[in-house]
Amino acid sequence: MSGRYVAAIDQGTASSRCFVFDERARIVSVAQQEHRQHFPRPGWVEHDPQEIWTNVQSVVEAALERVEVSAREVCALGIANQRETTVLWDRRSGAPVHNAITWQDVRTDRICREIARGYGEDRVRERTGLPVSTYFSGPKIRWLLDHIPGVRERAEAGEVLFGTIDSWLVWNLCRRHVTDVTNASRTLLMNLHTLDWDPELLAAMDVPAAMLPEIRASSEAYGEAAGPLAGVPVASALGDQHAALVGQTCFSPGEAKCTFGTGSFLLFNTGARPVASGHGLLTTLGYRLGTEAPAYALEGSIAITGALVQWFRDNLGLIGSAPEIETLARSVQDSGGCYFVPAFSGLFAPHWRSDARGVITGLTSYITKGHLARAVLEATAWQTRDVLEAVNSDDGHRLAELRVDGGMTANHLLMQFLADVLDVPVTRPIVAETVSLGAAYAAGLAVGFWPDLDSLKHNWRKAAEWLPNMDPRERERGHRKWKKAVARAVDWLDDDD
Amino acid sequence: MPGRIQSIERAAAILRLLSGRARRLGVAELAGELELPKGTVHGILRTLQVVGYVEQDQESGKYQLGPALLHMGSSYLDGNELRKRALNWADSLATQSGESVRIGTLHENQVLIVHHVFRPDNTRQALEVGALMPAHATALGKALLARHSYVAAELAGRGRLVAYTPETVTDVYRLRQELEEVSRRGWASEVGELVPGRASIAAPVEDGRRLTVGAIGITGSIDRLCDDGRLHIELVEYVTGAARAVSRELGAIPW
Repeated sequence: MSGRYVAAIDQGTASSRCFVFDERARIVSVAQQEHRQHFPRPGWVEHDPQEIWTNVQSVVEAALERVEVSAREVCALGIANQRETTVLWDRRSGAPVHNAITWQDVRTDRICREIARGYGEDRVRERTGLPVSTYFSGPKIRWLLDHIPGVRERAEAGEVLFGTIDSWLVWNLCRRHVTDVTNASRTLLMNLHTLDWDPELLAAMDVPAAMLPEIRASSEAYGEAAGPLAGVPVASALGDQHAALVGQTCFSPGEAKCTFGTGSFLLFNTGARPVASGHGLLTTLGYRLGTEAPAYALEGSIAITGALVQWFRDNLGLIGSAPEIETLARSVQDSGGCYFVPAFSGLFAPHWRSDARGVITGLTSYITKGHLARAVLEATAWQTRDVLEAVNSDDGHRLAELRVDGGMTANHLLMQFLADVLDVPVTRPIVAETVSLGAAYAAGLAVGFWPDLDSLKHNWRKAAEWLPNMDPRERERGHRKWKKAVARAVDWLDDDD
Repeated sequence: MPGRIQSIERAAAILRLLSGRARRLGVAELAGELELPKGTVHGILRTLQVVGYVEQDQESGKYQLGPALLHMGSSYLDGNELRKRALNWADSLATQSGESVRIGTLHENQVLIVHHVFRPDNTRQALEVGALMPAHATALGKALLARHSYVAAELAGRGRLVAYTPETVTDVYRLRQELEEVSRRGWASEVGELVPGRASIAAPVEDGRRLTVGAIGITGSIDRLCDDGRLHIELVEYVTGAARAVSRELGAIPW
């Protein structure tokens, strides 16, 4: 192995970024480029795969140039990517047959209902750990096969290939058709126990096996890159949330991270076996490092967290910028008994109630905008507690601390309240870019840049810690009220809505 | 130079108090703070109310800053906004220097800590966000005082400054000299002046209007920050670099 750096691509929903890390996991350089969002119809969201590939090449080049690092000094390249977004391309020309259908796109709603009814929601969940939902790739592949003339025949002949964004990038970097277990686990096509494509699911979704990539570990050399990083091994691929789990070095069962952004994603390491959730969480892969046993995870996603602060800013206009919510919230001592359940498009994990809509409860003439600001922030903490309680009922491991990242970790009032209601310490690492760091770690491990997981754990540095400081009775009272507020949010939609 | 107008100075003092942490104060509280008769303070408040610089809360009868003042584009930058915008730069400063990082703003002649990044060694440390520190005994405070001469003048007006250690600068004349030096070179320091054995380095942060909205700096043991009684120039460069980066983030003209 040669080289003093590891490069990581974070191919996200809004932009592509490239980071260069040194041995101590410090960011040496970064470059970023946004790509266009295409909205051909309401509910449809597409990306141009060629534009993404072009941007990825230029951010890699820019990040290296910025610090005058040559490809020879880079010992591995890792990839973290937006999950579930689906690309189909021609094996010979490499040209996409259609724009990528992104994870947010809901065009497969009807296909999903058919699969849930025909094959059965429970059978899908048993095999994949997932509910049948428009998020996942399988139904998106099916839609493309059904709607783009000639594609199904070419896919059956192995002339048209499928990949999530990791596959698309690895294909372009080194002409290998592979994907990693974490990305494959989001397709509804991979069997969680065999870690291979499941023939029964392929039949149920009518997807030909010939178009699918080979499923590999998250951390292993897939091939050597061409282009600006010519000769550098491409050595990791992970879905972004899984990469964050690795970046936060949550390598032991019972360790968890939560990324607080527009929405929030909690991933909880459950160790070497998949844990079926009785509480609406997703069973997914944490990561698989080389030939080691895979690490499984439970995932709870919360649709509206930071988005509620944006709504408070844009739709109510009570604050000028998102960080000002903390100032407003600190103008009062508590939420004044006010609770905000942001079920704007139903409730996700662990409730899964699509008939729910948002409510603000406990209003009295005493309530001011300051109390509302508190209730907005507290909603994120209570929703996280709901997810964590579901995890605790599904898995025997107890959480000792929650590692957090994402934009909302800048909000101290929220982080303290989170520690208070979860009753565990909440810690923030000094490298906020946990997604790209996770991709770098997995790639660096594969080529021996970092010797083992202990050396990575050693790199993790605490930048801030919030300790629980709430009377248990107050915590339970608050939680009871929150549950009552949630009960008032459900059963709002009627058949004729 | 024409004489100073006392009532304007007093009005300014009232506005400064109202822009502090309490945000809302009564006539008696203001009079007590300023050691002025209630009648005098009331007269000034009435005038400020007419021009919209203060407003009276209907229920409590207390005064707060008025909308006219808030809309004038004062140097007010929300501390939480500053933290959010500075987050990545503060993290990299802690990584580069290996020391804890703090960002402070001036509040009632003291330094309010709006952001704190732990020293990156995983030892147990407590968050100090929200704490107030003495301006004349901290590098953050000196960096801010050098850019806010009216606050420095007010501190000086109080006579001798509080000594926290034998090294604390308590002489007003010496402090003023040091602030001139800080102003000239663009960064401030303190060696054992607040806590024996500890030192700090800080530099001011500016926004798009070139107004100083805060300061960012590192704190650590004298052994690590100094060599033979002199601060490591490398650490000073990390701090001034971080201050420039945050200023750029806030729209200050790059320099």
